[in-house]
Amino acid sequence: MSIKDYGLLINYDFCTGCHTCEIACKKEHDLPEGQWGIRVLQDGPREKEDGTWEYTYMPLPTTLCDLCEERVEEGRLPTCVHHCQARVMQFDTYDELAKQLPNMPRTVIYAVK
Amino acid sequence: MAFKENPDLYRKDWRWQEGDLTVTRTCHWSAPGCHDSCGVLLYTDKDDNLVKIEGDPNQTYNNGTLCMRCLNMLEAVNHPERLKYPMKRAGERGEDKWERISWEEALDIIEENVRRIQKEYGPESIVGMMGTGRNCNWAVPLITYAGFGSPNFALGFLSGDSCMLPRAAISAAVMGDLPIIDAAQFWPERYDHEGWKRPDYIFMVGNNPLKSNGDGFLGHWIVEMMKMGTKLIVSDPQLTWLAAKAEVWLQGRPGTDGALALAMIHVIIEEDLYDHEFVEKWTYGFDQLTECVKEWTPEKAEEITWIPADKIRKAARLFASGDPSSLQWGVAVDMNVGGIPQAHAWIAMNAICGNIEKPGGNLIARDAYGMVLSYPYGYDKYIPPEMQAKRIGLDFSPLHRFAAGAATAHGDSILQCIETDKPYPIKMIWFQSTNPIANMAGEAPRVYDAINKMDFVVVVDVFKTPTAVAFADLVLPAAMSCERNSIRGWWTPTRAITKVTSYYEAKSDEDIVVAVCSRLNPENFKPRTDIELLEEAVENGIDNPPFTYAELTKMVDSWPERPYAMHEKGLLRSDGEPGFNTPTGKIELYSLVLEALGDPALPYYEEPRESPISTPDLYEEYPLVLTTGHRSYEFFHSEHRQQPTMREFHPWPLVEMHPDTAKKYGVKDGDWVWIENTRGRCRQVVHETPTMDPRVLNAEHGWWFPEQDAAEPSLFGVFDSNINNLTNQCVTGATGYGAPYKSQLCKIYKCTEENSEVMPGKQVTELGGFKYDRIQYTDDAVHDNTNEEMLEGRKYVY
Repeated sequence: MSIKDYGLLINYDFCTGCHTCEIACKKEHDLPEGQWGIRVLQDGPREKEDGTWEYTYMPLPTTLCDLCEERVEEGRLPTCVHHCQARVMQFDTYDELAKQLPNMPRTVIYAVK
Repeated sequence: MAFKENPDLYRKDWRWQEGDLTVTRTCHWSAPGCHDSCGVLLYTDKDDNLVKIEGDPNQTYNNGTLCMRCLNMLEAVNHPERLKYPMKRAGERGEDKWERISWEEALDIIEENVRRIQKEYGPESIVGMMGTGRNCNWAVPLITYAGFGSPNFALGFLSGDSCMLPRAAISAAVMGDLPIIDAAQFWPERYDHEGWKRPDYIFMVGNNPLKSNGDGFLGHWIVEMMKMGTKLIVSDPQLTWLAAKAEVWLQGRPGTDGALALAMIHVIIEEDLYDHEFVEKWTYGFDQLTECVKEWTPEKAEEITWIPADKIRKAARLFASGDPSSLQWGVAVDMNVGGIPQAHAWIAMNAICGNIEKPGGNLIARDAYGMVLSYPYGYDKYIPPEMQAKRIGLDFSPLHRFAAGAATAHGDSILQCIETDKPYPIKMIWFQSTNPIANMAGEAPRVYDAINKMDFVVVVDVFKTPTAVAFADLVLPAAMSCERNSIRGWWTPTRAITKVTSYYEAKSDEDIVVAVCSRLNPENFKPRTDIELLEEAVENGIDNPPFTYAELTKMVDSWPERPYAMHEKGLLRSDGEPGFNTPTGKIELYSLVLEALGDPALPYYEEPRESPISTPDLYEEYPLVLTTGHRSYEFFHSEHRQQPTMREFHPWPLVEMHPDTAKKYGVKDGDWVWIENTRGRCRQVVHETPTMDPRVLNAEHGWWFPEQDAAEPSLFGVFDSNINNLTNQCVTGATGYGAPYKSQLCKIYKCTEENSEVMPGKQVTELGGFKYDRIQYTDDAVHDNTNEEMLEGRKYVY
């Protein structure tokens, strides 16, 4: 199996926007100021017509993301997955990740590499 | 093939070798710190340099996760501006001129000053202060008691001791212990623990746990429970991410949650939604409670809180419908003059709904194995009763005697004592891990004046802080968490903190305790090393910890047994009888302790002393309600500002306001604005957000700018953006607890070159401060109606 067989699942329904993935990545890859391997994007907060709120965070791997290939080869999870405080990120083969989708609304699987 | 982690890389041993690196499995606390102790893996090279940190997936407290602050630990540990050596002041205070000295010389200076002050004024004239609850919770008290012989340990002039201490004190008084939400954190198997269930509803008040992680509770546990189906009810003046996910979001006026509590109890009782069996068996004073909330209709509360009555009803009904529900309360409960009665009301609401000691409800939290490594540590051993009687503020706030593990001298009374020399003068302050003029103290310019009156000031910290530059005669370098042997004893599990590296001449808080106390009190204070001190702490554990410190290091953690329904099993009272540790053995909705102290025995609502309702004229001039002190992911109070990565995420202090508010005052996102009230002003950067009520501002606390000038008038810009130029001291609740950090009035205007000519730093350090009358307690505030007979034998409740 190569790194190309693996994807990144993010259940963005519960992403709290805590920046852990961003800083874990910066430190793992020693990225300089202004550079990111993953970025937490944000929609809202805005009030919807029914009075409830849209307030969603969405981590987006950048072109600098290599899925922590070195870590993965050693048998470690990508650092963002390992440290995610809300535990909404998973790293696995596409097959394994896809199995979860029917029971996990508001989830994406990224093909990064 | 599914991905599998390599188990050799994440072992359950306490230490192993991985190539050239040594991996130590331990826990982090502080410095730099927070209120939790997550499991970490510390990777050190052959020269014992810390080169990497990861979350420990085998520590189920955090399951391998970490927040920004631990992930950026290397930037903290290796920061070039860290304090490396002891230094004594070489110029005037505030000039930032220092001379490097040895620890031996530092101890000589300490001994000389302490002996002189003890002889001339008495040991009580020396005050020891620390910051918020963290890994010197017992070190600073111990230095104060065993080293100086003074009863006066307190928290950095924190007004009304309003950070958890009010909740701790009232909980100890009315139910004997502090209740915290059950996120299965008392068992290593966590959510798989037999009998545990997720709460149906969590009611969150005065708290954003994701950012604050208060008091041994990791906020993201809430998210785990949400995934399992737990629903939220959130009272917060700002829409947080959690509030956006809630079934009901109650956007109230800051400072009015007490009225909300009474109205919710009103609904629960009026609609007969309470747990009759629990009320009958385990509460005292239900009829009086019913009577006292009768007038508190949601309509009445709406007028006060700005929360629509139907939302209050909905929140109350949902909370009462949970089987169970649980209460997640935060520091905003404490930070009101009415903090004590409000906390009493929340306890009452939770109790009548029967959520106490139930799986997924609120559980009584005690330090594992009775290892109370906090403020009372060493108090009875080293301070004789006649000296204990001199503790400042007990006459003013006798409830302080009931704060159990959170008992301290009274911060505002110490301030007033310094200002008036009554009942006796204060001559020396020992600040360890506290930076009161950056945060914690209200009315920072006033506190600046007070500290400057001291004969002798010592500051122990990891960086040269504004407090060190402004006042210190002696600055001592403290070690960070990875550089110390220590114990996390706060709640569960007991965790070892293991030293893996060292930094120049920085000493751990434990080593400083040993150095200072064995110098000042060699006969009575026995430990001679940090390990001896820690072994003694384990031996002092009331419930016989099944390990020595040396063993704990290799176990990494230890989880005591913890059944549910402890009150039914006779596990809470020293007499072994069933019940809670109160005079009646029940949760006292009507409190006999408060009655004996001459305080109101039932919950009540107290309007903020400055507010649209209590001071309408002032409100005309200062038409915005100001709340402060909310947390951000990047910083823990005044820490982390020197870390470039944190400042990349969060460069400036932000004052949050609704876009309509910004428009009304002619400012926009990114503008610097002055925030001003009768006591002073500071400047912060506008952040427009629809999450705010247009009538309310939310300003940040704890800001200083390590990149700016150290010397006065700048002091790293500590006063320039300091929201505590606007807050109070000596405006506290009837019990002496609770202060209005969360509810002030203010106005804003855009910063211009013209109106920024005299910056607050200059105003405070060179021009005598802002001009206004500083509020003092009057003699009427002294409690003289305490019924000592009723309190017999109940001086402390642990």
